[in-house]
Amino acid sequence: MTKILSFAIDFGSYAIKGGPTYKAWLLFLLSIIMIGSYTAYRQLTEGLILVGATDQIPMELFFANFIFTAHVAAAAILVVAPGYFYHRKDMKELAVIGEIIAMCFVATGITFILFHMGRPDRLWHMLPGMGYPNFPNSMLVYDTIVLNVYLYLNLAGISYILYKKYVDEFDSKALARWFTPVIYLAIVWGPLIHICTAFVLSSNARMGEWATAVLPFGFLAMAGASGPSLVVLLFLLIRKHTKVQISDSVIDLMTTIIGWSLGIILLVFASEYFTALYSNTEHAASLNYTMFGHNGLNQYIPWFWGVVGSIFAGFVAILIPNIRKSYDRWLPVVCVVIFMSILLEKPMMLVFPAFSPSPLGEYMEYHPTLIEYFNVLFTWALGFISLTLLIKGAVGILTGDVRYHKPLVSE
Amino acid sequence: MSEKMTEMDIETDDAKQSRRDFLRNVGIAGAAALVASPVSVEASVGSANPDAETTVAEMLQGHFVLMSDKDKKQAIERLEKRYTAKYGKKTTVSDAPAPEGVLFGYALNISKCIGCRRCVHACVQENNQSRSNPEIQWIQVMKIPKGNFSFSADNLNKGYPESSKFGDYGVQVGGNAYTPVGGLSTEEAQNYYPQDEMVPDKNFFYVPVQCQQCEKPPCVKACPVRATFRDPNGVVVIDYNWCIGCRMCQLACPYGARRFNWGEPNLPPEEMNPKTHYFGNRPRMRGVMEKCTFCLQRTREGRNPACLEACPVGARKFGNLLDPESDVRKILATKKVFRFKEHMSTYPKFFYFIG
Repeated sequence: MTKILSFAIDFGSYAIKGGPTYKAWLLFLLSIIMIGSYTAYRQLTEGLILVGATDQIPMELFFANFIFTAHVAAAAILVVAPGYFYHRKDMKELAVIGEIIAMCFVATGITFILFHMGRPDRLWHMLPGMGYPNFPNSMLVYDTIVLNVYLYLNLAGISYILYKKYVDEFDSKALARWFTPVIYLAIVWGPLIHICTAFVLSSNARMGEWATAVLPFGFLAMAGASGPSLVVLLFLLIRKHTKVQISDSVIDLMTTIIGWSLGIILLVFASEYFTALYSNTEHAASLNYTMFGHNGLNQYIPWFWGVVGSIFAGFVAILIPNIRKSYDRWLPVVCVVIFMSILLEKPMMLVFPAFSPSPLGEYMEYHPTLIEYFNVLFTWALGFISLTLLIKGAVGILTGDVRYHKPLVSE
Repeated sequence: MSEKMTEMDIETDDAKQSRRDFLRNVGIAGAAALVASPVSVEASVGSANPDAETTVAEMLQGHFVLMSDKDKKQAIERLEKRYTAKYGKKTTVSDAPAPEGVLFGYALNISKCIGCRRCVHACVQENNQSRSNPEIQWIQVMKIPKGNFSFSADNLNKGYPESSKFGDYGVQVGGNAYTPVGGLSTEEAQNYYPQDEMVPDKNFFYVPVQCQQCEKPPCVKACPVRATFRDPNGVVVIDYNWCIGCRMCQLACPYGARRFNWGEPNLPPEEMNPKTHYFGNRPRMRGVMEKCTFCLQRTREGRNPACLEACPVGARKFGNLLDPESDVRKILATKKVFRFKEHMSTYPKFFYFIG
């Protein structure tokens, strides 16, 4: 028990230690959380009327961002899988960082869904026993199950590895007996959360742009591009500022994954747009609206072409060896562009324009409110502050800076 | 054997019931501990008019269909007390069961409808919708242009490709006939109108749309907690106290029939209809879904829906689809009947007809 307590204390105190830039980053996130707690309070007490959603566009920025967090969470297994499936020694140590990313992003996604709910106080209605989950009909029930299981799988994995390393009882043979199956399950579960999230969308036959069989493939490809982009950025930061050894081969594997994921995204887009636009029936109406606008409603046109263009540019850029290998100059830039364009693709291409035309032929544009923006920032800040602290603490344990020392006076 | 089975079923039901009660009581104890000072379960969370506030017991109540008769009675009493205090008039909340051997159906004559929207407003008055911010209407009247546009000989040589070996007249795509021709096409439908609009406009026809009470409702399938379900009369209803506000049903509905209470509903007490039903027109709360129920509080008593009574031209007919002598069945047998968005395979019991 004292070991666990001292693990928590040592981990926490190491996590908040750092240079002025690190402190400034934490303070920046904290200040967003401070403002965000006020806007979150407003939304919880006054309801969703404070956000931009309407009966015509019932899904808000929270829902769009939730899909993105599922992308990154699912992709974090790409850091875990090579170590366990292909026995890459350079990656096995880093698996825990992949799991931390997965856990933080799943938790962020669940927070987004809490903001999305009209009655968060009634979420217990979904619990079996107390409530009545509509199983096996409702796709949202599946999604809730897989997201929560993924969260706890990763939580268990991370705490086990870090704690065992902390008390210096890390024995890879004993580990293999029960822990490796957990890791394998988590690796399989990653794509699963994403496929379920895609089915939540594509199960709605009336949403012309969503009810397509390529949606899960597109989602997985976007996961493969956005997740590793974040991973590359984090790894570059970690190896620049800490003693953790991350070899170039690891970064190169990640850039390869990003590159071909972007290629698959382009193929998915092409097949989707070709199938919709060749016959150009009423099912292509929302795609036409996104691409070319409708009677002067042009909000989404620049976003559409901008996002498709930057995905294409990112694909070309990452295929060029000089850019791919430029670890402290161009590669981070390309990764930021890819991460941001897939983040912006969610609301501006996937979610909002898909609601036009409405079932009764209305076309509309979505305008988020200030409170909505702040609640989105609040959720992201919560996610990033936990990501930062957990990774910092994990780095301390991986490098051996944080270790259990027996108390001098025994009790 | 079958007797034994039923006995066992009853037993397990009882066990379930007691477990649910236990869990709920634990929840109540926990919640009560959170509220300062000793409070009874029926006590409110504190405000100027304590009776008008949602009680802890209401917050923790289960799905209405799964409740025991005693719990149902208590839930109804709680609601009546709260509504009576909140709106300052004696409010009744009925839980009249669905009549047996009845499948409700609706038929609407689009050649008679003049687009006066009296059904829309009668519905709002009857069903206690929020009057402002957000303003909620369950019926939306589409105003669809008739197919009387002009064709032009000038367009004969327009189109795509404009010039080819076949000639200059757009062999692949012609230059005429792009305006959609009436029908139930939503493409050119106009759903918004000024209050003082003169109706009917001779260039348009009108199609009111409300919940189509599908036999295979996609909303029911999508609901993660079974808050919305088909009742024995085939009407899709919502337990407003069980809805978690996730809006998956709104995503699934191909008719745009569902309305969400984005904020606290604004229902002026003087406009409130105090004769309500649990699944029908009782006042809703913030963050839950609502929609047309064929005026369940009326139709379960054998009366007609409010929209039908308000229609000045008799375009609306309502009845029991199982009764061959009902208005709806006669219309199905003799008129040109069709369903809205048949390709969605939702099998509505709301029919449109001509003639």
